Amino acid sequence: RRDVLLLTPWLAPVVWEGTFSRDILNAQYVQKNLVTGVVTFAVEKYWFFIEGFLRSANKYFLAGHPVNFYLFTDNPEKIPHLQMAPENHLFVIPVQNHSGWQDVSTSRMEILSRYTHSQLQHEVDYLYSMDIDLQLLADVGVEIIDALVATISSWHFTPHRQSKACEPRPEPPAASPEGEWDFYYTASFFGGSVAEVSELARACSEGVMEGGEGAVGARWRDEGPLNQYLVHRKPTRLLSPEYYWGADL
Amino acid sequence: ASAGSGKVHYLPYYLPCPEIFSIKLQYTEEKRIQLFPQLFYQQPRVLAPKRQDVLTVTPWLAPIVWEGTFNPEILDSAYRPLNLTIGVTAFAVGKYTRFARRFLESAEQHFMRGYQVNYYIFTDSPEALPQVQLRPGRRLVAVPIQKRSGWQEISMRRMEAISGHVARLGHGEVQYLFCLDIDMVFHNPWGPETLGDMVAAIHPGYFQVPREQFPYERRSSSAAFIPEGEGDFYYGGAVFGGLVGKVYEFTKTCHMAILADKANGIMAAWQEESHLNRHFLSHKPSKLLSPEYIWDDRKPKPPEIRLIRFSTVDKNYREVRD
Repeated sequence: RRDVLLLTPWLAPVVWEGTFSRDILNAQYVQKNLVTGVVTFAVEKYWFFIEGFLRSANKYFLAGHPVNFYLFTDNPEKIPHLQMAPENHLFVIPVQNHSGWQDVSTSRMEILSRYTHSQLQHEVDYLYSMDIDLQLLADVGVEIIDALVATISSWHFTPHRQSKACEPRPEPPAASPEGEWDFYYTASFFGGSVAEVSELARACSEGVMEGGEGAVGARWRDEGPLNQYLVHRKPTRLLSPEYYWGADL
Repeated sequence: ASAGSGKVHYLPYYLPCPEIFSIKLQYTEEKRIQLFPQLFYQQPRVLAPKRQDVLTVTPWLAPIVWEGTFNPEILDSAYRPLNLTIGVTAFAVGKYTRFARRFLESAEQHFMRGYQVNYYIFTDSPEALPQVQLRPGRRLVAVPIQKRSGWQEISMRRMEAISGHVARLGHGEVQYLFCLDIDMVFHNPWGPETLGDMVAAIHPGYFQVPREQFPYERRSSSAAFIPEGEGDFYYGGAVFGGLVGKVYEFTKTCHMAILADKANGIMAAWQEESHLNRHFLSHKPSKLLSPEYIWDDRKPKPPEIRLIRFSTVDKNYREVRD
């Protein structure tokens, strides 16, 4: 690939199709006997996406390696019965329904921080947070495994993008001055070692709870603090927008 | 030992140095990288790669460090606060003590400026080492080693010497260690862009040729054997490094392999460089240094090499090798 950036100025690889050999990476991953976890939230109407997400993730996410799926939901009874791959496990964790979906989303980082610290750090080596309305369409493999991994947002990657009217989509929060961003990362798919994710979640949950103002959508409310954190604690690996293409793009 | 018979045979491991197994290495946990302070610099562009003329990432997603791929300020701002001490090993044995002065003086100028550095100079004649003025935070330790006969023997025993020395290092004395040839000189900055878990350098003579032409050990009876059709890069024995624990494991493993060959009466084509290449094929480095970091001044400089940072001193091989 000569057409895209493969290495950030701090020497973190940017993962694009055609730049890596999954065979070599699989061999390295298997040697280390690792377990990776996926955290996802399905509250209020979002229970609708559970089946599609679990079906595609079970098939495409780290296929062939043990994965623990942690599903946080306020509708545990609405989860369909699904046959998981033998090496995968699904854990359903009920959460309380707050008033309004914006509020729930803002406490995603808080829930993630709390659970990583108390439980998840003992169960997995690497942990990834994914939006429930993501549907994996192709293999997402061990090329994503590294200490701190963020996905370049497709919204800010498309060259001719203007702000669309379909959902109020704010520009990157004015809190971060011009010239400070490296890339714009999506909050829909990030992760890394359980220690790094724990620290990220803790820092972001504190940032959100302090800020809290503004008419921004729930999904976007995590992105401000996430991007702020990642400017200062730079990711060790970036995933290209191939790894998350917003459904409404 | 017969080569190329096609049958599997087992290499007996004779171990004349049992103390190696009883050495338990204690090494520091890797420090967590702390928050970067605020820095203002040009935004990296997703569609604008810095170097389009060379490979900058390996198939196992290890970065390959070339001039232009990294921003030294960002990396310095990450690594300086960690209060690291970088170790360097170099062997000034026999006539090679004459190279120590230029090596050390140029290292003081270019190697890890602003960081604490411990130079471990292995020598059979400590009195022949030059007195070189060192910057603050940097010190030189002369490590006495046994006199050996023949330059190949000296070269091969380096792995043993390094792993033994690392095992004796104080806890936390260094976090990263580089093992360099002494008959070389620094010409340009060598900084924290080179730090990584396990770092190897691409040999300047072989980065433009296909793997069939790599001078791997091709005799199957050697522990350094690499069959045709395999191989990522040809790495140079003059430069390797990484976290001190990883360097220990690597040098210990190479030494074991060298001993196994010795027991079978075979010496690999390029001595420990062959064993290094065998090891890095199965245990891939986490970062590669381009030939900028391991240049040979006798070669004409191609356009891909924008900056020569570390290269060989012109010398009369026959004269120094005895």
